[in-house]
Amino acid sequence: MRDALWMMLAVTLAAAAALAQDKVIAVTAERFKFTPAVIELKLGEPVVLELTTLDRKHGFQIPDLKIDESIEPGKVTRLRIVPDKAGTFPFHCDVFCGSGHEEMAGEIVVKP
Amino acid sequence: MNDPKGRREFLQLLGLGGVVFASGLAGACSKILRKSAGPEDDFFFVQLSDTHWGFKGPPNPEAANTLRQAVQAVNALPIQPDFVVFTGDLTHTTDDDAERRKRMREFKAIVADLKTPVRRYMPGEHDASLDQGKAFEEQFGATRYSFDHKGIHFAVIDNVSDPQAALGDKQLDWLHADLKPLPAEAPIVVFTHRPLFDLAPQWDWATKDGSKAIDLLQQWKNVTVFYGHIHQEHHFRTGAIAHHAARSLIFPLPAPLSQPKRAPVPWDPMHPRRGLGFREIGVDESRLVLTLKEDSLEGAPTAQPAAAIGSF
Repeated sequence: MRDALWMMLAVTLAAAAALAQDKVIAVTAERFKFTPAVIELKLGEPVVLELTTLDRKHGFQIPDLKIDESIEPGKVTRLRIVPDKAGTFPFHCDVFCGSGHEEMAGEIVVKP
Repeated sequence: MNDPKGRREFLQLLGLGGVVFASGLAGACSKILRKSAGPEDDFFFVQLSDTHWGFKGPPNPEAANTLRQAVQAVNALPIQPDFVVFTGDLTHTTDDDAERRKRMREFKAIVADLKTPVRRYMPGEHDASLDQGKAFEEQFGATRYSFDHKGIHFAVIDNVSDPQAALGDKQLDWLHADLKPLPAEAPIVVFTHRPLFDLAPQWDWATKDGSKAIDLLQQWKNVTVFYGHIHQEHHFRTGAIAHHAARSLIFPLPAPLSQPKRAPVPWDPMHPRRGLGFREIGVDESRLVLTLKEDSLEGAPTAQPAAAIGSF
């Protein structure tokens, strides 16, 4: 049990160290847009997206990457991504937020 | 399609538990849904979807009249359906709670002109997601319920009151309890707004926990799901379950993932009602074969101007 706890702590510390070294990109959500709407990443270069909302609860879903996060008012949602394939990956708000919700979308572009 | 207007077209026959697809003009060929047997042996109902009452914008400059045109088209059917079901997005969303209720009252007043007295309602995300279904429940009643009609069990399930498009375990438990007494062969029809399967999650055309509902429904052999949301006719199967999306009555949307964004199909002044329509669903005496007839609003009679209807 004690070994298991140390293992968990080591993993947590390693993850925290990785997070500390990663490039951070701030992404804001507000009705009915994300800023930036196009997020450019480099293949293999880890990043942390810091998602915040300027008005109400929104969602951040990237179906192609099986990512589905909520963005709550007053909180920062941190999302670590290690791009392992080049391409364009659309994301959208999946929390219905009013007329214009359908247009609240963007894309992650991973370049080689 | 080079077919002349009004021609009936049978596209597919799937046999037991399946459907016959047909398409035509509103009111042109409803008698297909009645056989020579007695009137108690078969019946049909009508699905109207995504009327978005209150919408204003270039995708449909005639939006103030389209719902009335649909009501007139249904009333013009030579035989009236047993009931009419509205599969969500009765109204277009608004942030204003009072305006939302006003739109719902206006919608109810317009569809009150349907000759068919039995109407079944369910919400879409435009009706219910901003207030978790509160206004809808006030105006139309429960967002999930079931009923039986002439040997078929109908279940209405709500995947919109949760703004994240989930049914939730509580509702899934309710659905299980509702269906549990039915034998495995029982004919079951499910109405919902969003697709239960992952049609296009990139366009929000899915239900978060829809796979749980599908797994549950697979326990019965004759299940058909009718839904809306995607503003176009679409047919899909998950195992033995058939899923059929209906056209909208406000503007059509493009085929799933056929373009980068799910923007409405641009309005065509030469064909102002292209892509708009409703569906007649015939049920044969076995209760195991459904006949779907897709009716276009193109060629349907012109509705009275909105100003002639009066205030609400």
